[in-house]
Amino acid sequence: MLDIIISIFLILGAGFALVGSIGLVRLPDFYTRLHGPTKATTLGLGALLIASMVYFSSRGEVSLHELLVTLFLFMTAPVSAHLLAKAALHLRVRSEVDLPEDDVKKP
Amino acid sequence: MKIVKRLLPHPIFSLVLLVVWLLLNNTLSAGHILLGSVIALVLPWVTASFWADQLHLHKPGLALRFLLLVLWDITVANIQVAKLILSPRRKLRPAFVRYPLDMDNDFAITVLAATISLTPGTVSIDVSGDHRTLLVHGLDVDDEAALIAEIKSRYEAPIKEIFGC
Repeated sequence: MLDIIISIFLILGAGFALVGSIGLVRLPDFYTRLHGPTKATTLGLGALLIASMVYFSSRGEVSLHELLVTLFLFMTAPVSAHLLAKAALHLRVRSEVDLPEDDVKKP
Repeated sequence: MKIVKRLLPHPIFSLVLLVVWLLLNNTLSAGHILLGSVIALVLPWVTASFWADQLHLHKPGLALRFLLLVLWDITVANIQVAKLILSPRRKLRPAFVRYPLDMDNDFAITVLAATISLTPGTVSIDVSGDHRTLLVHGLDVDDEAALIAEIKSRYEAPIKEIFGC
């Protein structure tokens, strides 16, 4: 029974990570691609971590490391996405829609 | 009371440090609780000069409810974005949206920006120099005004209430 639960979470997690990667390939420009790593993969990783927590806890030792991974991920993912986007905007990376003008000074 | 305040300038920060230390070591042994407590006491003190104006948690209960709401929204966001990525013919309507901020505390804005980045189809990009607007990129924006209104009522209002600013 536990094996089934763990397997479901593992497959779910891997599936979302895969969707995130497909997003990287399919989305049209840099700014839309940013959405992949901040979204689709957070849930993927979350599911994998739940699976890991259930698996190691079922072997007698309560394992809560995974909560920390989640915490650090939730703190770092927005920051890295923010910095990538800001850098891209500064370099005027090509976008499908018009870039906002006055936020960044042109070189 | 004064001594407690001097020893513990950031009680919540100290508590989080202790919990993180114990989680890192995956143990509840007396030695690690002692070591963790020392770290929890010393670190806020050493980093005190880096802390800007301090915010107080006015409504811890609401903060917890907000956290659960955000976790739920993250789950929904993932499924929505997954759908957007996988549906073949749908034309995306990405857009840059200027979001008018109602608060000007750095920490509160940081919390809001992180929340926006983690939830449905939006990533926060930049905050203007005067702390008035937040530049947000939406993956599939139907109606700018609706998006702004949703962020305002769903995330900014609770954050304002939690920190009382």
